[in-house]
Amino acid sequence: MATTSLKQLCEMPDLLSGGHAACPGCAGPVAIRQILLAAQQDDTYVVASISTGCMEVSTTVYPNSAWRIPLFHSAFENSAATISGAETAYRSLKKQGKIDKKIAFIAFGGDGGTYDIGLQSLSGALERGHNFTYVCYDNEAYMNTGIQRSGSTPKGAFTTTAPAGKVEPGKRQRKKNLTAIVAAHDIPYVAQASPHRARDLMNKVQKAVATEGACFINVLSPCPRGWRYAPDQTFQIAKLAADTCVWPLYEIEDGKLTINYKPREKKPMLDWLKSQGRFRHLFTPQNEHLVEEIQQDVDREWQRLLTLEAMGKETAQ
Amino acid sequence: MAERMALTGNDSAAYAFKQINPDVVAAYPITPQTELMHKFAAYVADGEVKTEFVPVESEHSAMSAVIAASLAGARACTATSANGLALMWEMLYIAASCRCPIVMPVINRALSAPINIHCDHSDTMGARDTGWIQLYSENCQEAYDNALQAVRIAEHPDVMLPVMVCLDGFILSHTLEGLEANDDETVRNFIGEYERSDNLLDVERPQTFGAFALQNYYFEFKKQQADAMQEAPAVIDEVGKEYGELTGRSYGRLDPYRCDDADVIVVGLGSSMGTAKQAVDDLRDEAGLKCGVLKIRCFRPFPGDLIRQALQNAAIVGVMDRAVSFGLGGPLFHEIRSARYGGDGPMLNFIYGLGGRDLSLDLAKDVFRNLAEAKDSGQVEPVVRYVGLRE
Repeated sequence: MATTSLKQLCEMPDLLSGGHAACPGCAGPVAIRQILLAAQQDDTYVVASISTGCMEVSTTVYPNSAWRIPLFHSAFENSAATISGAETAYRSLKKQGKIDKKIAFIAFGGDGGTYDIGLQSLSGALERGHNFTYVCYDNEAYMNTGIQRSGSTPKGAFTTTAPAGKVEPGKRQRKKNLTAIVAAHDIPYVAQASPHRARDLMNKVQKAVATEGACFINVLSPCPRGWRYAPDQTFQIAKLAADTCVWPLYEIEDGKLTINYKPREKKPMLDWLKSQGRFRHLFTPQNEHLVEEIQQDVDREWQRLLTLEAMGKETAQ
Repeated sequence: MAERMALTGNDSAAYAFKQINPDVVAAYPITPQTELMHKFAAYVADGEVKTEFVPVESEHSAMSAVIAASLAGARACTATSANGLALMWEMLYIAASCRCPIVMPVINRALSAPINIHCDHSDTMGARDTGWIQLYSENCQEAYDNALQAVRIAEHPDVMLPVMVCLDGFILSHTLEGLEANDDETVRNFIGEYERSDNLLDVERPQTFGAFALQNYYFEFKKQQADAMQEAPAVIDEVGKEYGELTGRSYGRLDPYRCDDADVIVVGLGSSMGTAKQAVDDLRDEAGLKCGVLKIRCFRPFPGDLIRQALQNAAIVGVMDRAVSFGLGGPLFHEIRSARYGGDGPMLNFIYGLGGRDLSLDLAKDVFRNLAEAKDSGQVEPVVRYVGLRE
C-alpha cells in the first residue's frame, strides 16, 4: 500500500537529490520531492517529462542531475505531448511483452509552460486520455527568464513585463483559471494542492497515479524572488494562500468536487497582498480600488467552488 | 515473394509503414500527406499492424511524441508536409540532437504565403541544417524503397539520426504507379529490431535526457552529432547495396543518367529528374546534344566529393532548384558550386516548379538548350534563371 506517513517517507531515499541550483526558499523542489516520494512506491516506478523552466534548468545542469528517476526535458511547450509519446511507447512495448515494469508517467511544467505556451499540448494529451498525471508547479510568472507576466500572474502583481509604473498598476488582467479549464476536459481526476499541506498533496498524487487516464494537479509554488518575500517565509505564504482562499485546495473526482481545506476563519486578501512585495504598489490612492476588486474575484471563485461541492453532495443524495 | 501492385506515393509510403510495423506512429493531418495517414490508420483499425497510433493535436506534438517514444525504445514514425514541417521546426533539431532514429516521409509542398498545397522543396530545403538525413525520391518505388532503407540507416549504431524521406506532393503522393513491393518477411529481416542503449524506460538505471548543457559541454555534443553525420555516407551506401542484393534495386547517394560522355549536365532532386531524363533521351536523339542528368538522392549528408567527381568532365552544369533561398538563389546550386570550388567550369542555377508549377518536358528541354547556348557563347549571366515563370 502506498503511504503518506512522514515517518515512513523519511526512511525512503529522496528521488530529487539535494545539491541542485534552485533559489533558497523555492517551493518547487519541495513539491517535486513530495510528489516523487508519493508516486514511486511498492512496485510502481516513475518516468517523467519536464518543460523548460526553473525546475528544469536548476536540476539538470550537465553533467549533473538531481533526478533519481528517468527524466526527459524536451522543450518548453510540449511536456504533455512528450509524456504522450513515452506513455504510448510503454503501452506498445508492454503489449508486446518487451517490458514488465509498472510505470507511472508524470509530466511537469511551470505556469508558463502550462497555462500559456503548453496549453494546446496539454489539452490534446488530456483529450486523448493518455494514462499520465500532469503536475503544474505554479509560481505565477515566467520566473526562470526574469519574472515576466504569464496567464497565471494574478491581477495587480508586479512583473517585469507588466510593471507597476506611474500610470500602470501592474498586471490589469485576472489570473487564468486553468484548473477549471482542465476540469472542462472531463478527465477523471483534477486537483489543486500546495506543498505546505504535504499529506494532502501526496494523497492527491497517489489518487492520480492510481487512476486510469489523464489526471491533473495544479500545485502552488511560492517564489521568494518573484513574489518579493523572505526565503524562509515560503510555507507561511503557501498557508496564507489557502487561508485567504486565493489558492483553494480541492479535487474533482469523476466530476464530483470536494474542497479539501476550509479555513476556520477566511482571512482577508489584504493579508495576502501585504505579505508580498509584488503587490506593494497597490497600497496607493490610485490603485486602492484594485484591492477591493481582487477580494471580490477571490470571493466569487470560492463561492463557485462551495456551490459545486454542495451540488455534488445533493446529487449523491 | 515480391508483389507487383499499383499504388500512389502516399499509399506506397503507408505500405512501407505497414511493413516496418512501427511501435508508435503520431501524426497530424496536412495536405498532401493526409492520405498516407488515412491508409495507415486503416491498417491500425484492421489490426494489420501492432502500432499504437497517436492522433495528436499538432505537428509540434507529433514530433514531440515520437521523440519521446523513440527515447523510450520504440520504433517511431510520423509524416508531414510544408507548414506542418515548419511547425515542427524546434523539434526537428531536438530529434536529431537527442539521437532519435525517427523515419519521417515529408510530402514536399510549398510554404505559405500565399497558401498553396502543391509541390516544391522549400519545406525540406529549409530543414537542411536541422541534423536530419534527407533522401529524395524520384518516383513512388523510390519513396517505398527509401522508407525501408531509412529505418536501417537511422538506427545504425554509428549513425542514430532521424531521416526524412522526401517525395513530391501530388506529383508523386497522388499519382498511381506500379510498385514492386517486397514481402513482409524480407522487410522484417532487413530492418531487424530497434534497440537503444540509453533508454528512457530503463527505470533501474535512471538517466536524465535533454539536460542543460552550457559553454563547457554543448560544443562537444554538437561535434558528436557532426561526427555521426560523417558516418552516415558509408552506412547509406552499404544499406543501398544490401537492399539491391535483396531486391534487385540498389541505391547510391547519387543517380547519374547518361553522364559519362555528357557536355551538359543538369543536377536536381525528386520527380522532375524523371522528366529531365526523358529530355536527355529526346535531345540526344533529336539534336545530338551530349547531355545527362545527375540526380541527387541523398542531400544530407551532402555528397560534395561524389558530385564534384560526377561533374568533372562536364563543359557546363545546370542546377535545378525547386526552392529559393531569398537573397542567395537556389540552395542546391550554392552547395554544388561550393563543392566544385576552384574551377571545374561554369554553372547556371535554374529555379523552377515553385508552388507546384509544372515542369513540362519542353521546359526541361529548354534548360538543356539554355545551358548549351551558354556553353557555346560563354555568356553565363544571369547565373540564376527562372523556368516557366510568367512575365
